[in-house]
Amino acid sequence: MAGQPKDFETLYVQHFHEEARALAYYQAKMEGYTALKKAFGMTADAIIDEMKKSNLRGRGGAGFPTGMKWGFIPKQSTKEKYLVCNADESEPGTFKDRDIMRYTPHLLIEGMVIGGFVIGAHHGYIYIRGEYTREAKLLDAAIDEAYAAGFLGKNILGSGFDFDLTVHRGAGAYICGEETGLLNSLEGKRGEPRVKPPFPAQAGAFGGPTIVNNVETLTDVPFIINRGGEWFSKLGKLEKSGGTRLFSVSGHVNKPGVYELPSGAYTLRQIVYDVCGGVLDGKKLKAVIPGGSSAPVLTADEIDVIADIEPIMKIGSMLGSAAIMVIHEDQCMVQLIERITKFYAHESCGQCTPCREGCRWMEDIIQRILHGKGKMEDLDLLLDITNNINGKTLCALGDAAAGPVASFVKKFRPEFEAYIRGEKRLAGHAPGHGGKHAEGHGEQHG
Amino acid sequence: MAKILSEKFYTAMKRLEPRYPTKVALLLPALHAAQDELTWLPPEAMQEIGEYIGIHPAQVKEVASFYTMYNLKPVGKYHLKVCTNVACCLRGAYDVVEHCEKKLGIKVGQTTPDKQFTLHEEECLGACGTAPAMMLNNDYVENLDIRKMDEILNRLSANAK
Ligand SMILES: Cc1cc2nc3c(=O)[nH]c(=O)nc-3n(C[C@H](O)[C@H](O)[C@H](O)COP(=O)(O)O)c2cc1C
Ligand code: SF4
Ligand code: FES
Repeated sequence: MAGQPKDFETLYVQHFHEEARALAYYQAKMEGYTALKKAFGMTADAIIDEMKKSNLRGRGGAGFPTGMKWGFIPKQSTKEKYLVCNADESEPGTFKDRDIMRYTPHLLIEGMVIGGFVIGAHHGYIYIRGEYTREAKLLDAAIDEAYAAGFLGKNILGSGFDFDLTVHRGAGAYICGEETGLLNSLEGKRGEPRVKPPFPAQAGAFGGPTIVNNVETLTDVPFIINRGGEWFSKLGKLEKSGGTRLFSVSGHVNKPGVYELPSGAYTLRQIVYDVCGGVLDGKKLKAVIPGGSSAPVLTADEIDVIADIEPIMKIGSMLGSAAIMVIHEDQCMVQLIERITKFYAHESCGQCTPCREGCRWMEDIIQRILHGKGKMEDLDLLLDITNNINGKTLCALGDAAAGPVASFVKKFRPEFEAYIRGEKRLAGHAPGHGGKHAEGHGEQHG
Repeated sequence: MAKILSEKFYTAMKRLEPRYPTKVALLLPALHAAQDELTWLPPEAMQEIGEYIGIHPAQVKEVASFYTMYNLKPVGKYHLKVCTNVACCLRGAYDVVEHCEKKLGIKVGQTTPDKQFTLHEEECLGACGTAPAMMLNNDYVENLDIRKMDEILNRLSANAK
């Protein structure tokens, strides 16, 4: 039977049914705010130790160990420190944070108060993507509840610790998911990434030492405090990856959705076929994008890989935000990469020439190929451009745009060639159509 | 010049002020609040926001234009933003967009002559598990297909004044 597996402990999904779980539910069913009480009895160093033991790695995409990150905050600094939650959830394919926020908003609040306590921040911001108006309202309501109950504000639970929490809405810009773009946006500026160093832990929001963490990273914290770093670490099945992970699965699968799986326990194949009930309409699988649209694509015969950070990196892609997109045999890969590249060209903030020009150029070339005006040399040109972007930009968006193009060209080259030879041509005006608008007699699959 | 932003706007901003160490940080919240009142951001609104925050109106516009959610031009009463990013595209979003274009008689990026509908393509909305998805003004509509979109457009047209 497909669906959420039940043969291991899950932290989240059993609560993902009724929207906006109220404080009463959180306290009765999820040990709500008991971790906070416990944390106040611990030192910041002891909590960081526990976090390190947990092997929790950031859930936003880069997988950086959270305990280590928190340790970077300079304790001596007299500047105002900040904890910022990255709820931008802008990586295409990702939709797990939305579920966390709408079903268990208090978990995020509790995680943030604990994080603030550890790093010595008295103000936290939840930077939520502007489109999530509903979720922002649910969070606001939960925050009001938490203030009224004394879990936010002055002298929380008699600890002497003060912490305020504010929901800050973005306004539609993918690049604001990048942490320094996010910080600029929070400060009321254009969301353009900053030159690093200084890193946010030195000079982040409003010039103060700042930690930016993903929603799921922060909501793992209360569990770790309550039950210990070692327990959390053992939920994962690989040495360096603790905890469970929320996977967002979408595209051509029978049961798309958010699934919670132990870190490092399932292969992509198991996720597609066993958890998500296989490929839509009984079609043949063609490709899988394993970590949001920034992750290089994998072919159907590359999916016997454990869906975790190192294993996927080893085969040349990335787990990213654990957003798995499934693609079946009818999808034209040239049209799909055109749509992906259009996205990056649109979202490039334009500060670095290789990213700004490279993204636009790649989009132009792919469009030209789709419209029957491509040349065989264009394919090597595309690869050249990706080489000129990789590692030569200020933020990771450049690489995020280049990686997919290189992988599509290398792995599905015959599909591009069919267009170039004139065996296929885009008929509809909007690229990205599921194959059916491409006319011609060319072989469809790569 | 008469103010075009309401008392409610200024009360909301006053309440937010103590939440930020700088006044400029109020810019995004202010633009959201202004757009909620006016459906778009006319130059006079940006001027007023600039005055309130203490920055030049050109700076307000420079920031506002960075973000796609801020309407720098008037939009129809019903603003449809259909996601056509990967997951939605795999689930037929372009068919849905095409259907809207046909039914409304406009292209993506346009507004109907009666100012009732504006149609846009949107990037990933974070609703890929229930694709295709769109925003209808500030609300999500998910699991779209041509039939569902057709019903929505019929219902909205009936409401249209
Ligand atoms: C272009 C780009 C977009 C990103 N989008 C997001 C996002 O939407 N959400 C997120 O949590 N992290 C995103 N990140 C990663 C953040 O920069 C940062 O690494 C993360 O928020 C750190 O939190 P973590 O350590 O808890 O993972 C993005 C990075 C880049 C380069
Ligand atoms: S890599 Fe692209 S998005 Fe990132 S800072 Fe440079 S131009 Fe902007
Ligand atoms: S791709 Fe459409 S909501 Fe994510």
